[in-house]
Amino acid sequence: MNFDKELDARGLNCPLPILRAKKALAEMQTGQVLKIISTDPGSVKDFVAFAKQTGNELLSSGENNKEFEFFMKRK
Amino acid sequence: MGATPEIAVIDDLINKRLDELLPQKLESLLQAREDSKTPSMAIIATRGTLDWAYPPFILGSTAAALGWDVSIFFTFYGLNLLKKDVSDLKVSPLGNPGMPMKMPFGPQWFKGINWNIPNLIQAGVPGFETVATALMQKTIANNGVATIEELRSLSQEADVKFIACQMTVELFGFSHDDFISGVDYAGAATFLPVAQTADVALFM
Repeated sequence: MNFDKELDARGLNCPLPILRAKKALAEMQTGQVLKIISTDPGSVKDFVAFAKQTGNELLSSGENNKEFEFFMKRK
Repeated sequence: MGATPEIAVIDDLINKRLDELLPQKLESLLQAREDSKTPSMAIIATRGTLDWAYPPFILGSTAAALGWDVSIFFTFYGLNLLKKDVSDLKVSPLGNPGMPMKMPFGPQWFKGINWNIPNLIQAGVPGFETVATALMQKTIANNGVATIEELRSLSQEADVKFIACQMTVELFGFSHDDFISGVDYAGAATFLPVAQTADVALFM
């Protein structure tokens, strides 16, 4: 999937991946896509909730070799 | 002068129709208001230990990231969380049976051992708390968990409001210079109206 910015949240734990993602999205334009890589298993549910609350769209969420990958579109 | 029979019939019809329409109308108006409202949270932080420093800052910073308005009111020992230097926050395993005592180094089997140390020893050995705190800090770093300082500054960046209880500042002989900048000083009368309209109010 195409993306405009990448956030490496590997090794970070709750709530840092969410806080970093929020910061990254704030610096982006509407419609741009942020790719997030995390190793925190809790972030899978947290990014769904984050998207629902903030209105930024979670385009996809997947696991690859114990790493989680999210694509989020800026509101 | 009473209503004529025709008007009474019309009134009756209007009333019936209103009974049908109003609930739907109100429902959608209330829903729209609910949707447009910014959620808010008010927290009272009363503890000044390393472990209890986490909940207010984790929830505060996360709620702010979700777009909520957040106020944290620091009172009593919670004031320690606002000190310029929070590196001296301690955790005590004494009288805290829920706290696992595990080593943050060595092979996996060793890390897995939960050291069951009697309260009497914990209380009697000088520096036990300092050692336990150092182990906790190491565990926090090993697990990629943020430091209190980091979460606190992230909270401030995200416009979480910090309010310190002026009464306890004086009670404990602190001065405003002891604390980070960006803190408001106020009392219970300031906190209560904030909590009144908050969707989530928590005491920690």
